[in-house]
Amino acid sequence: MDISSINPVLLIASLMVAATPILLAAIGELVVEKAGVLNLGVEGMMITGAIAGFAAAVETGSPFVGFVAAAAGGAALSMLFVLLTQFALANHVASGLALTLFGLGLSALIGQSYGGVKPPPIGKLDLGPLSDLPVIGPILFSQDLVVYLGIALVAAVWALLKFTRAGLVLRAVGESHDAAHALGYKVVRIRILAILFGGACAGLGGAYISLVRVPQWTDGMTAGVGWIALALVVFASWRPWRVLLGAYLFGGITVLQLNLQAAGVAIPVEYLAMSPYIITIVVLVILSADKNKAPASLGRIFHASQ
Amino acid sequence: MKLTKLLAGVAIGLGLATAGMAQDKPKIGFIYVGPVNDGGWSQHHHEAAMAMKEHFGDAVEVVERENVPEGADAERAITDMALKGADLIFTTSFGFMDPTINVAKKFPKVKFEHATGYKTADNVGVYSARFYEGRAVTGFLAGKMTKTNKIGYIGSFPIPEVIRGINSTFIHAKKANPDVELSVVWVNTWFDPAKEADATQALIDQGVDVVLAHTDSTAPLAVLEKSGGYGFGQAADMAEFGPKPRLSSIIDEWAPYYIARTQAVIDGTWASDNTWDGIAAGMVGIGEISSEVPAEIKAEAEALKASIESGEYHPFTGPLNKQDGSTWLAEGEVADDGTLAGMNFYVEGVKGDIPQ
Amino acid sequence: MIVLEKRPQPSRAWSLATPVLAVVATMVFGGLLFALLGKNPVEAIRTIFWDPLFGEFAFYYRPQLLVKGAPLVLIAIGLSLGFKAGIWNIGAEGQYIMGAICGAAVGLAFYPLDAWYVFPLMVLGGALGGWAWAMIPGILKVRFGTNEILVSLMLVYVAEQLLASMSLGLLKNPEGFGFPGSRNLNDYPSASSWISQDLGMHWGVVAAFIAVIFAYVLLNRHMAGFHIRLTGDAPRAARFAGVHPGRLILFCLGVSGALAGLAGLFEVAGPAGQITIDFNTGYGFTAIIVAFLGRLHPVGILLAGGLMALTYIGGEAAQSQMALPAAAIQVFQGMLLFFLLALDLLTNYRLRLKTREVA
Repeated sequence: MDISSINPVLLIASLMVAATPILLAAIGELVVEKAGVLNLGVEGMMITGAIAGFAAAVETGSPFVGFVAAAAGGAALSMLFVLLTQFALANHVASGLALTLFGLGLSALIGQSYGGVKPPPIGKLDLGPLSDLPVIGPILFSQDLVVYLGIALVAAVWALLKFTRAGLVLRAVGESHDAAHALGYKVVRIRILAILFGGACAGLGGAYISLVRVPQWTDGMTAGVGWIALALVVFASWRPWRVLLGAYLFGGITVLQLNLQAAGVAIPVEYLAMSPYIITIVVLVILSADKNKAPASLGRIFHASQ
Repeated sequence: MKLTKLLAGVAIGLGLATAGMAQDKPKIGFIYVGPVNDGGWSQHHHEAAMAMKEHFGDAVEVVERENVPEGADAERAITDMALKGADLIFTTSFGFMDPTINVAKKFPKVKFEHATGYKTADNVGVYSARFYEGRAVTGFLAGKMTKTNKIGYIGSFPIPEVIRGINSTFIHAKKANPDVELSVVWVNTWFDPAKEADATQALIDQGVDVVLAHTDSTAPLAVLEKSGGYGFGQAADMAEFGPKPRLSSIIDEWAPYYIARTQAVIDGTWASDNTWDGIAAGMVGIGEISSEVPAEIKAEAEALKASIESGEYHPFTGPLNKQDGSTWLAEGEVADDGTLAGMNFYVEGVKGDIPQ
Repeated sequence: MIVLEKRPQPSRAWSLATPVLAVVATMVFGGLLFALLGKNPVEAIRTIFWDPLFGEFAFYYRPQLLVKGAPLVLIAIGLSLGFKAGIWNIGAEGQYIMGAICGAAVGLAFYPLDAWYVFPLMVLGGALGGWAWAMIPGILKVRFGTNEILVSLMLVYVAEQLLASMSLGLLKNPEGFGFPGSRNLNDYPSASSWISQDLGMHWGVVAAFIAVIFAYVLLNRHMAGFHIRLTGDAPRAARFAGVHPGRLILFCLGVSGALAGLAGLFEVAGPAGQITIDFNTGYGFTAIIVAFLGRLHPVGILLAGGLMALTYIGGEAAQSQMALPAAAIQVFQGMLLFFLLALDLLTNYRLRLKTREVA
């Protein structure tokens, strides 16, 4: 075994790529949950975004159009969740699970003619000499645009929640929909916007897998990333920067365990493969001393009764 | 009942088929573990099935089931086909072994062919391909083409099939380049593009510049295309990734076998068999070697392939030691099929342990 | 403008009528989907809903409905108890795997001993395995306040890795030529959960029916059931009524874990036969949907489990018979769930036409 063959700079650069889909989906879900809605359909929206983005990018030859279509696709699927939970007042947990089942099927159906097709390549941000800097060059200045978009979204959501009136209203709706309603806020409308935003983010995350990280289309290619994103939101106790930290931690352990294997470390593969999940649980236990609890109305059905 | 059959006929686009005609034709079933567009294992079986259908035209009827989970669901899928009059059923994944045997007991008149297993019966034959022959050629190319002297192997599960591939790859990479080192990463999945991509990236980050994959997606090649380095097509030719990063490929050629076995059912000569064919029988194909490979190396690789094809050379020929240094094969000795079939050890020089 | 008016009590008539309506709506929209794919919609719908029950091969499909439905009902019953009390065990899939591993390990340890007590011990092992796996999120929740949704979900992935490890290592069939997978328990009569394979009867089916009755009695006639319902409806009132939240959490997670573990054990000792890398096929997740479709009511869950099993069995038949892609069946199932969930509205609310009042 030779751990010294693991290059920490390349490791960090790789983990940022591995973490980006989870990060995008999780930051969207964070906004949804802040508004008091629990959407377990992240996996379904991600895979729908993955195929919508892939198909659009292939048909138009533009990865940019692909990402726009992915966001639209994810949001469109989340519209079904809106219909179920906001208008038909159905249970959030069951609706989310149904959304995942439906999304997986729908994407496979749309994707039937896209197997084995190569998407147009996406350009890396070229910062010239900055990218050649030692250590921080590969980490900070030679990623693709979506990696930066993910970080920017985290910052934007953080600022929105903390400093703006819109953020305050969103949190108020999530904490107590009845009180927010009494104050004259449009609870349902705000929640719909939050859900659509979450769907768009999940769609982007899915497209990042199908257009950049892999890049190709195959059925069920998100392979459970949506569930990890959901877990991350809880893990981060609904704080944007912790979502970033959590995504990098999870991506980091995933990448590190593969690197450890490649370096020939004699730990059984199964134990390495389960390490990201176990470490997530351990960190979660440590963090649960934190009193920053879930939005009080999370997952509760709102009906304006007067 | 007649109406039912007629409707079914219309639905599958055989508007002229009558209920009576449908009954006379041999009905050939295929069960796949993945979706038929997975770009790898299941897609290749499906394409071979379609080639077989093309070959016989209207003389046979083909029925398929994709995405069949292994276990209880597989048994139901196979029974379902047998009940509905299939004459020959190909079950194309190792995990379908026990379900195939169970169903075969209940339908003694139906013939079954199970891929990559070892349990046979009077009406169950097994077939598999000697992919390690192809791995000898790709391993040789990998050894020649690496500049860092580090090659990587993405393993799915530590089963004999994969371990044979790793050993064959390493033996021949070593022949091409005595300084070569092999790193193995196990991903514990046959098909998970994101994980395969991460594993490829991890290997590249460690200085590996040629990656061989024993998983089914094209993700490793896609990553290699971005990051530099070479790879090989697996199961399918994956020619769209040539000439770089794809150097060559190992192709599963099931169609000739499917045609032969279907013909046997039509002729009434079908008997249970245990087929394990390689390059010579055309079950393992080597894809066109890319123009990236210098001509003399290409010639050497082709000579290696030819010597395997003619039977003159066996990829597991002594002297070979096991990983612990004990002798496995003496000078000139050739491995027997029994040992190969259950191979659970690395040859000398491969690093790491086989997960147990 | 249409407004919703909450009914003082859920409507009995609508609660019976909505599932039927939902199935009809799914048939219409699903039929459209199949027609778009170039298939005969009437035949597809008939193949999915009618043939498995009354078609030519119903003699084979009907027992298969039991095989497919039993684990769903068994797991869903356990989950419904927790869901009623607001305790979210999303990781039944992991408990199902652990139950199968532990139960099969007990059986394989006795191999080839022929004794009456092998199977009961396996059942115990299966229940304990699932119970123990569910106790991890339970204890973490009670002791540290850790979120049980996340922990139970993460443990599914851990269990999957353990499953791979077991089928490649400890539990690997010593006569399997190095191939992964345990011995087949169907070849070991003392360890088989089959009662009659032709009738689709195995002990898991029996256990599912017992679980339905047990849950019904518990919820309607027993103090624990009252506490569960109270905690879900009015957590604060429950505390005043003397409900110990920690104990309730452990009880609900424990029962659901044990039932999921049992489902895994009966599956591995019967229909599946052996521990393999891909042993689990998502029953633990589908059961969550079944629990909600059944409105968390034991009898409802029994019916919902049957309906889900029907769409699986019928969907499979439609695939091989009509060359429908597997994905289309998945979309179809998704639609069914959507309609069932959406139309449930009519049970709890009244739709009223109302003219907008001038303020």
